[in-house]
Amino acid sequence: MFSELSNLLNTSPDKVEQGKLTLLCDVKTDGSFLVHHFLSFYLKAHCKVCFVALTQSFSHYNIVGQKLGVSLTIARERGQLVFLEGLKSAMDIFFRPQEEPHPLQFLREASAGNLQPLYEFVQDALKPVANGEAAWRCPVLLVDDLSVLLSLGVGAVAVLDFIHYCRATVCWEWKGNIVALVHDSGDTEDEENDILLNGLSHQSHLILRAEGLATGFCKDVHGQLSVLWRRPLQPTSQRDQSLTYQYKIQDKNVSFFAKGMSPAVL
Amino acid sequence: MLESLLAFGGLVLLRDSVEWEGRSLLKALIKKSALRGEQVHILGCEVSEEEFREGFDSDVNRRLIYHDLFRDPLNWSKTGEAPPGGPLEALRALCRRTVPGPVTIAVDSLSWLLLRFPCTALCQSLYALSQQDSSRGDSSPGEPVRVLGLLHEELHGPGPLGALSSLAQTEVTLSGTMGQASAHILYRRPQQRPARQTQWFAILPDFSLDLQGGPPLESQPHPDPHTPPADPTTHLTFNLHLSKKEREAKDSLTLPFHFSSEKQQALLRPGPAQATSRIFYEPDAYDDLDQEDPDDDLDV
Repeated sequence: MFSELSNLLNTSPDKVEQGKLTLLCDVKTDGSFLVHHFLSFYLKAHCKVCFVALTQSFSHYNIVGQKLGVSLTIARERGQLVFLEGLKSAMDIFFRPQEEPHPLQFLREASAGNLQPLYEFVQDALKPVANGEAAWRCPVLLVDDLSVLLSLGVGAVAVLDFIHYCRATVCWEWKGNIVALVHDSGDTEDEENDILLNGLSHQSHLILRAEGLATGFCKDVHGQLSVLWRRPLQPTSQRDQSLTYQYKIQDKNVSFFAKGMSPAVL
Repeated sequence: MLESLLAFGGLVLLRDSVEWEGRSLLKALIKKSALRGEQVHILGCEVSEEEFREGFDSDVNRRLIYHDLFRDPLNWSKTGEAPPGGPLEALRALCRRTVPGPVTIAVDSLSWLLLRFPCTALCQSLYALSQQDSSRGDSSPGEPVRVLGLLHEELHGPGPLGALSSLAQTEVTLSGTMGQASAHILYRRPQQRPARQTQWFAILPDFSLDLQGGPPLESQPHPDPHTPPADPTTHLTFNLHLSKKEREAKDSLTLPFHFSSEKQQALLRPGPAQATSRIFYEPDAYDDLDQEDPDDDLDV
């Protein structure tokens, strides 16, 4: 968890907003630091987390998590974290009988249809237990990342349907949160990805957009992050909805500063 | 014009974007028609019923009939709440409702339907919805059915957008600058040029419209709301106008090329300077003076 980012978003593990969809999006840069932030943030906030990890292995997230002060192994043993390791499960699916349901069932289908099995996996993972000994605060679904599903042949609308059902169940019914990462294809015209990104943007409450610098690589400024709160149209005084910061990723932290205000420049 | 949107009838298209969401405006319009005593049907695909009803008072809420397509539109949960023929059938079912009095139907959102169903099917359903008052014999003919459709512009290509906008009687495109929302309204009047207007507005927390003034109704093809015509003479470094005194001074001045009778006299009269002037020329020692007549070879 990066405390500076929490301050910017006006949240802390003690006060977690509920029922929100947060969209993380990266353009020509790597936005995975945002995923690590939200993973450690919600684990620290005692939320029940279902992490659908399609890009990296468990040990990768665990090592980064340890740098940020959370242990994924312990969280998984305690039942706080349900981890779907996409890289491993993708192999599993070919060595099990076809009748057994599998969250990534679409990999076996000739024409990738819908993501209902994945939704049912999330539903099972986060279903509130009536009298569980460990009472977690609220359920959280974290996906890294949705663009991978497109690359695997799932249509953008199927991914939107998956998120729609997750919103209906996790955000609305159980008052939990969803955080999902989508890559922005930028100038390259990827129609499916644009539909996915825009469709999710319209449904999300908060959009964090990490961009590489237009001027190219820089040693002291790694990119800029724009924060867009999607609130109802209110009179001017109540709206300060969009903010942009620049950031530098350090070993265990990310420092944020106003545009052009890098300590290395001043 | 924004406040009289509901008077027109037909399909009203609300086109919003990620930065400028249109659901608040949709809710404001719904509140308006509910307060006029109309029955409002809402086909909700994108938000839950609770979230949609949030902010309305009980009087308005009582008049809203929410058709929930949010919880289980594709029948994955098998709760039996999914509409039997799919969401589009639910939309068509709204056509067949027989309620006396004016009806407003809000679709939240058309984008959700457009992504999942063919554009032609959706357009046919919308057309049937907005035409139902004339097709249904028992209803009084003077009561229009209004269809309010929310459309997320970025999600669709020009084809579907064009098809929907040709169906629409009124189009409202949301945009804004500096935290101030504006609505660009295009109203197609029968057999007339379409009227265009841009209006600045805000939605108050109780979903009432707060109009913030705007340019008057104009029928020009492209009024640009963002740059009001600035007076180009405001910050000049020079003076465009003359004061009375300056004008007098200017008028009394004789221009140097002005040929007056005094000037003529002065030129004709040989002055004293003419008689005394003479040219002195002293040749230099090394001057190459040619004694020959240079025009000698000429036959003159």
